[in-house]
Amino acid sequence: MSGSRERVLARVRAALADVPRAEEPEDVAVPRGYARAHTPVELVELLVDRLEDYKALTRRVSEADLPEEIAAALARRSVGRVVVPTDLPGEWTSRVDAAVLTDEALDIAALDAADGVLTGCAVVAAETGTIVLDAGPAQGRRALTLVPDYHLCVVRVDQIVPDVPDAVSRLDPSRPLTWISGPSATSDIELDRVEGVHGPRTLEVLIVE
Amino acid sequence: MSGTFLGMPPFPQAAGIATGDAQLRHNLRKATHTIRGRRASVVGELDDWAELRAAGKAIKDRTLRHLDVYLERLEETVTAAGGHVHWAADAAEANAIVTRLVKATGETEVVKVKSMATQEIELNEALAEAGITAYETDLAELIVQLGEDRPSHILVPAIHRNRAEIREIFDRTMSDWGVPAPEDLSDDPRALAEAARVHLREKFLTTRVAVSGANFAVADTGTLVVLESEGNGRMCLTLPETLISVVGIEKLVPTWQDLEVFMQLLPRSSTGERMNPYTSTWTGVTPGDGPREFHLVLLDNGRTDVLADEVGRQSLRCIRCSACLNICPVYERAGGHAYGSVYPGPIGAILTPQLRGTSSELDASLPYASSLCGACYEVCPVAIDIPEVLVHLRGKVTQGKGHAAERAAMGAAGWVLGDEKRLGLAQRAAGRARNLVPRRLPGPGAAWTDTRDIPDIPAESFRDWWAGHEKEKKKGGGR
Ligand code: SF4
Repeated sequence: MSGSRERVLARVRAALADVPRAEEPEDVAVPRGYARAHTPVELVELLVDRLEDYKALTRRVSEADLPEEIAAALARRSVGRVVVPTDLPGEWTSRVDAAVLTDEALDIAALDAADGVLTGCAVVAAETGTIVLDAGPAQGRRALTLVPDYHLCVVRVDQIVPDVPDAVSRLDPSRPLTWISGPSATSDIELDRVEGVHGPRTLEVLIVE
Repeated sequence: MSGTFLGMPPFPQAAGIATGDAQLRHNLRKATHTIRGRRASVVGELDDWAELRAAGKAIKDRTLRHLDVYLERLEETVTAAGGHVHWAADAAEANAIVTRLVKATGETEVVKVKSMATQEIELNEALAEAGITAYETDLAELIVQLGEDRPSHILVPAIHRNRAEIREIFDRTMSDWGVPAPEDLSDDPRALAEAARVHLREKFLTTRVAVSGANFAVADTGTLVVLESEGNGRMCLTLPETLISVVGIEKLVPTWQDLEVFMQLLPRSSTGERMNPYTSTWTGVTPGDGPREFHLVLLDNGRTDVLADEVGRQSLRCIRCSACLNICPVYERAGGHAYGSVYPGPIGAILTPQLRGTSSELDASLPYASSLCGACYEVCPVAIDIPEVLVHLRGKVTQGKGHAAERAAMGAAGWVLGDEKRLGLAQRAAGRARNLVPRRLPGPGAAWTDTRDIPDIPAESFRDWWAGHEKEKKKGGGR
């Protein structure tokens, strides 16, 4: 409806008749005196505090122990079938007992039949406990971390930034992004928070130091 | 199908019905006070809240004052990323576009993410007429849809329902729509959420078309942003083959960086969380990941009328956080339905009459649905001076001479009403000190206060009390 396009734009321009013609968007000053970080404590400590507040499970692990820790986490949840993106580092699943389903275009039913998913991430904001996936290395497409009921996510210390501003500047908006802050939740019934509605009901984070 | 707001009685009568409903008042009070407390706690954590708020306001002002530039830029960037952009001057056009797009897919069912814009244009009803069933997937929206009800809150549309009522609705209606509720469904929120999960899962995994709104649209990059909690948004935005997003033209922000401000302001003001559980952003289409087709419908539907009003324009800064509802003594007593639109509370009182005009009794009465205490302005993350707009709109209603209550009031209160500015000063002053608060609101507001007590005003002026309250919260630290 190109007629509507012209009509809406004409209405917008008419509505803005009071804005001086010479004014450029940048002439409207945006004061950016806000902080880039808030809580001055060690980032991993802050992140753990925030994640636990959201009822996510967290463990701080060493690089060497990672494969063992991954296997143990999956075993604790009795995960029989775990979905992984195609480019997940091979050693991550080297100790795993569960059947590993690599995402060679798995259909939705296959994802639905899996017990969990294992991924890395792109960026993490400590202050808000937010893990961002950008479909980059070790993450796969968005559906992988959505359909299975358990998400085990590996975070490396160099992926952690203090707060939202640094996370935003590290991210590439042309990629599809999913920001995750704890397991899915609802407060729609009398404002009582219930963890776990449609997304994974359990989020577990392994922080590799 | 959920009911519509057409033919609603004007605010005073509707509010009268609601204030007489003890259950409703109890539900509302409990809910609004709970969210209010959460908000105060997480806002108090940030010592730069004032700076974030100033930045949020300025970014939106920049966008609105140059909206034509940003709209054209967004069209360009979305198109370059593989999306299709459509323009809708009004609700009928938007509904026709969405209907046509759904029909082109050959599907007769769509899943929906909670969206104020699609409620505003009554898209579900339009789709139903075309033989297309829209499934609301947000838990609260599902409760509203199954209960053939209307939303009463921006963030928690079923805030007026308690757990027993929700259990009854699920038990009675889920089987008509798909997977039935379990036989032994209890009213434990966990059990109710689980019933919704099972009921909707089938829809998510099989439906091929989704309809959403968006919280933000980034002009520079063509990126759309949806904040949510449950994961129903991710389901709708990721699994279907076709995604149609209906977005008001005021939802734009200029740059990706601007999100660093709004992603702090919105979750803390809205659900009172440091961050909402899930935020999805997407730019056009990504091969092999998510929908193969993406349509963006840019909606005017009265927004350019709001834009044209130099005082009212600030209403378009609204990011729909609902903080103003939760703090409002009038909303708490009247309930969301009394406002007769999808936009209840203080923001509804200024937005609805501007979007729809004031030719109906209801819409003309909305600018009076306030005691002008100013609490809404204090909590607004983009600093919309709601009292200023209310007073401005009262002036317009008076000039329009279209409002019967207004005409009647002219005789008695003509000297005040004759001068818009004087009216504003008088009413603002009334909110500042208890001994000056009349038991009747001045002017046509009296029609409203006549039917009930006006909200209690604390001994301190509300602003002073609020300022102290926020400080206290801050001192008290986190939650
Ligand atoms: S007017 Fe302000 S406080 Fe109210 S919903 Fe909009 S942004 Fe939030």
